[in-house]
Amino acid sequence: MALITCENVSLSYESVPVLSGLSFCVNPGDYLCIVGENGSGKSTLVKALLSLKHIAGGSIRFGDGLRKNEIGYLPQQTGAQQDFPASVQEVVQSGCINQIGLRPFYPAAQRLRVQQNLKRLGLWDLRKRSFRQLSGGQQQRVLLARALCATSKLLLLDEPAAGLDPKITQEMYAFVRGLNQEGITIIMVSHDIQSVLADASHILHLQHRPLFFGKTEEYVKSDAAKRFLGGAFHA
Amino acid sequence: MLNVLIQMFSYPFLLRAMIVGVLVSLCASLLGVSLVLKRYSMIGDGLSHVGFGALAVATAVHAAPLAVAIPVVVAAAFLLLRLSESSKVKGDAAIALISTGALAIGVMAISFSTGANMDVYNYMFGSILAMSQGDVRLSIALSAVVLVLYMLFYPKIFAVTFDETFSLATGVRVGWYNVLIALLTALTIVLGMRLMGSLLISSLVIFPALTSMRVFQSFRCVVISSACLSIVCFLIGLLLSYAWSTPAGASVVCANIAAYLLFWAFSLVRQRLRRKPMENA
Repeated sequence: MALITCENVSLSYESVPVLSGLSFCVNPGDYLCIVGENGSGKSTLVKALLSLKHIAGGSIRFGDGLRKNEIGYLPQQTGAQQDFPASVQEVVQSGCINQIGLRPFYPAAQRLRVQQNLKRLGLWDLRKRSFRQLSGGQQQRVLLARALCATSKLLLLDEPAAGLDPKITQEMYAFVRGLNQEGITIIMVSHDIQSVLADASHILHLQHRPLFFGKTEEYVKSDAAKRFLGGAFHA
Repeated sequence: MLNVLIQMFSYPFLLRAMIVGVLVSLCASLLGVSLVLKRYSMIGDGLSHVGFGALAVATAVHAAPLAVAIPVVVAAAFLLLRLSESSKVKGDAAIALISTGALAIGVMAISFSTGANMDVYNYMFGSILAMSQGDVRLSIALSAVVLVLYMLFYPKIFAVTFDETFSLATGVRVGWYNVLIALLTALTIVLGMRLMGSLLISSLVIFPALTSMRVFQSFRCVVISSACLSIVCFLIGLLLSYAWSTPAGASVVCANIAAYLLFWAFSLVRQRLRRKPMENA
């Protein structure tokens, strides 16, 4: 059964319609990449998937035991946290916030989960360091570890490589690829389609309406891809 | 030294001022860490000005000061929070508008009712004589509520302060926690205002958090340090005010400035020391 099923969804931003007629589904183990130009409705769709935004029409259904608050979300870097005093451990720990109910502390099971995810992303030695002293790539890895604490099923990444240098970007994609191979479903928003074509299993191309949704192999042959990738392919 | 202390606290009004001041400082510093990090520092300042207006009007119409000030400031807290969250309205401009407006109304109310300058001075810069037995009881109750809620919701407060969007996405009721923080801030400010002065009370919210952030790198350490620092600075300020017969509010703020400079110097020295081994290598 599909983790997420969108049927004929339409979305608006401050009552201006930005996206309509959107239908797609995400199955367990998929690696879906959402592409499109700026202002094509990608970020609005992300907000809708996280239930941060009401949809103007259609339906978004969660299946296969996925609860709404079980999506591991990696937000776009806003810079708001650049001078926030918090240790790496505190940040990663806050990913478990959806599992502790009203308890004022993190129980043993969650502390173990934090430890596992710190090690998984190579952050164990940095756990006592301050988040604001880390490099951009390290900060992204910390936020990815936090997202992994919130979910064991589905990660939603919003432009995870924005602002990172090319080498760190490739490292980031390699981490995401590894997580997908471990069985975690990935939904990633990116305008850097060249780098993810090799990894993604499905592509959703948006331009205020879905231009394409389907397997990556079919996408590269489609008209939408030719127009979008055209210049880049010949370059 | 000890004699001075014993002599000081033989005055019941000083003892009351100390109890209220320590408890209000503690609450303000805990809430202040979140307010400063969420870039809501101006809310604290705006609330104190609204509080000034409310107190002045209450005095003018001979109503109980707290009975008027508390509901007005709480309402203002909701309004300011909403203004800060909305990106459409110029939030900072709206806050300045409300605080100066409230200040003007307060001054008008005072000049119509008494015409005496002394009252304005006390409201603006605080008076150590203002604390009654009822204020002591109220501040004990308030600080108990703030401490219990803060400890109970500590993981949520961290999550909401660090990243609102992520917290929302994982099902934390962010709006509820923001309202809680604004509400507790409003109560703390109303209580502390007559002691510290409405122009100075927001320093209790902002200084300890900023000072601690100079030196400490984790949220937990910043919170604990702010709490301790605010109490120490208040006591030092009160002592200075007794020794030199200066206004209590201004003395406490001066103690906070000194602490800030001290922590700043410490962080500079530490940076220098850390860099040195690398340069030699």
